[in-house]
Amino acid sequence: MLELDHIEKFYNAGTVHEMCMFHDFSMKIGDGEFVSVVGSNGSGKTSLLNLICGSIPLDAGTIRMNGKDITHMSEFRRQRQIGRVYQNPAMGTCPSMTILENMSLADNKGKSFNLRRGTDKKRIDFYREQLRSLGLGLEDKLHVKVGVLSGGQRQAMALLMSTMTKIEFLILDEHTAALDPKTAEIIMELTGKLVREKGLTSIMVTHNLRYAVEYGNRLVMMHQGHAIMDVAGEEKAAVRTKDILDKFNEISIECGN
Amino acid sequence: MSIFIGILEEGLIYAILALGVYITYKILDFPDLSVDGTFPMGAALTAMLISKDASPILTLFLSFGAGAAAGCLTGFIHVKLRVRDLLSGIIMMTALYSVNLRIAGKKANLPIFTKETIFDNGFFDQTIPEGLKPFLSVLVLLVIVAICKVLLDLYLNTRSGYLLRAVGDNETLVTSLAKDKGMVKLIGLAIANGFVALAGSVYCQQKGFFEISTGTGAIVIGLANVIIGMKLFKNLRFLGAGAKKEEGSEKKSYGLKATTAVILGSLVYRSCVAFAIALGMEASDLKLVTAVLFLLILVIGGQKGKKVAGHA
Repeated sequence: MLELDHIEKFYNAGTVHEMCMFHDFSMKIGDGEFVSVVGSNGSGKTSLLNLICGSIPLDAGTIRMNGKDITHMSEFRRQRQIGRVYQNPAMGTCPSMTILENMSLADNKGKSFNLRRGTDKKRIDFYREQLRSLGLGLEDKLHVKVGVLSGGQRQAMALLMSTMTKIEFLILDEHTAALDPKTAEIIMELTGKLVREKGLTSIMVTHNLRYAVEYGNRLVMMHQGHAIMDVAGEEKAAVRTKDILDKFNEISIECGN
Repeated sequence: MSIFIGILEEGLIYAILALGVYITYKILDFPDLSVDGTFPMGAALTAMLISKDASPILTLFLSFGAGAAAGCLTGFIHVKLRVRDLLSGIIMMTALYSVNLRIAGKKANLPIFTKETIFDNGFFDQTIPEGLKPFLSVLVLLVIVAICKVLLDLYLNTRSGYLLRAVGDNETLVTSLAKDKGMVKLIGLAIANGFVALAGSVYCQQKGFFEISTGTGAIVIGLANVIIGMKLFKNLRFLGAGAKKEEGSEKKSYGLKATTAVILGSLVYRSCVAFAIALGMEASDLKLVTAVLFLLILVIGGQKGKKVAGHA
């Protein structure tokens, strides 16, 4: 359960460029929900994710995770329960380390990074099995540096790595936007599978309306820091891409474009 | 012959320094100028302790510890006080100059010629045959460098070492792993400056004195060693390694380990300096030779000052 309560967020506060991102914004995300978030550029989608993860500070309001106030908790401490995949495939892996080393790093999340061996030999078969499930042939390249892999391969690894240990929340920040259509499709299928299997509460920001419709059990449209559309369950299942497009056009007209 | 031994001696001493610089420059991507202060710090501490008849071996460990503490402070200035990397190093380097003078009893020069060191002591006098004496320093240095290299290699393959490599590569991932990236940098700076101060301690014991100016240009020497090593030797593949690659991509097929490359780079760089001196440069031109050679390496090595200038 993730609760955002009366959030206020300004950018460039106190200057002539002051911009109000969120004013009195509240949102509640229940356990097991898979929320697709859509909206135009600057509507506050990524800011929302950054606030939840603690990457940017908020000006007022509270954020609670499973009832616990995490408003002032540092970013890295929150990540214990959170897995995050970024738009840029390079953000989720270490390019100069091998696939095996990257998998070992991810496997150690939540444990102490002490002086024990970085790679537990007994876990190698497990890593190989996990990589095989991607169907990209990475299981035969354990000693290859991640830096030479393609964006799609890296993003698949990033997804695998961020969900390898026990987490509760998965934050997906336009994670298919930098990929070609076919790879994006593979990554989305993998996302759906992982979320289902691990029962993760997920928030996915996307510009791909079809993914927003096909995946997830709740759909939120952001506009100027407000959720102008928020549907779940049956209602969400009935939503078509055309409905979202219409809504988009509606706001554009309201804005006078 | 004596020139050759001289190259080996100096090269090996600076190899320890280079291992430290390798951690900050290559792994952490942090241009750490505090090296110019921690290298003479190791020397000052050693000279002071040995002049008070402390065990020469003990001074090695104490120097490492003192260097690590100074590295922590650089890390603290950068991470907690949010001063940018280059400036944190400069602040430490400047402050350490005075600290080093204080350690050495406010003397810019502290000789320990008459005292026992790791190179010159009663034990070696009795056990080492006369014929081996000229090579004694090189042998002792080889042992120290080998221990440092093996320990560093082992460390880089621990969980903590993995995290250190990750933080220079992709800070975001370290945060995603629920670890404080600032803390990891701090640990890296501590270990790096520990090695640097250890090098200073060995340098002092080999030369038989502490001198405040030994630190000037230490970072340049360290960087030169690392860059030469990485450029010349990192991608060198042995026949055996090449053959393994054919068997299947599963096998590891790397050239030399980075740490080995850095040590070799140090020896090559020292040879270049010795060559320049042999061509008629004087000892007082040493820093000029050091700087010009480093510039040549940057230009020829195709670094185009990317990392160095990028931070400056």
